[in-house]
Amino acid sequence: MNINCKQLKNILCVDISGEIDHHYTEEIREYIDSKLRQTNCIHILFNFSDVSFMDSSGIGMLIGRYKNASMNGGKVVVFSVNEALKRIFEISGLYKIITVKDNINESLKYLES
Amino acid sequence: MNYDNEMQIKFKSVSENEALARTCAAAFILPLNPTVSDLNDVKTAVCEAVTNAVIHGYENMTGFIEMRIKTADRTVYIEIEDKGAGIDDIKKAMTALYTSKPEEERSGMGFTVMETFMDSIEVISEKGKGTTVKMSKKIS
Repeated sequence: MNINCKQLKNILCVDISGEIDHHYTEEIREYIDSKLRQTNCIHILFNFSDVSFMDSSGIGMLIGRYKNASMNGGKVVVFSVNEALKRIFEISGLYKIITVKDNINESLKYLES
Repeated sequence: MNYDNEMQIKFKSVSENEALARTCAAAFILPLNPTVSDLNDVKTAVCEAVTNAVIHGYENMTGFIEMRIKTADRTVYIEIEDKGAGIDDIKKAMTALYTSKPEEERSGMGFTVMETFMDSIEVISEKGKGTTVKMSKKIS
């Protein structure tokens, strides 16, 4: 698992590549929460185009980031989610709280509107 | 029952081994030419069961987790066993969104994922003795 981020206005754009399971969620959580503290970002935008696997630990991590972001009036958006991951998004009800978009342009349009 | 193929591995209950277990399971069923979707379902279910053993079974201690996989007639049978704490109330543990560790951002969806992604699941557990999760899935 690799994680990188950049800031676009008040949006923290997070690129994750590889597999998201319980072993990596703590690292992802600490990384994002510390970046949020260091910047004035309120929204979190996840690029999932290189995420090949995610289990329910990843769902817990995303719900946690949603809770934090929404406390500050921010949103969480995920784009480029593969078919296998979409199933776990569906059964967990993640779609109800986290917006999923096809690409970065749609995501930015949504967050900036 | 006559199985076409069988394997078992035993590994330490550390979180690094969640990836080991699901990768092993995937490699083992690869000769059945599963669809990408079936392969991912099995990997995810295995990962959920092993994660439960690491987090809840052994909690603050380390033990060993054993995974046994068999195949017969394009059905994969998986058993994941720990000798850890055991589950007090299996029905409650299997309820969607229930987690015994809400402070740790656990989604409480582990068993729901296993139930959804596999054809059958059975949980055998005894307090203080450990837990075995048995799952099966027909590979299309």
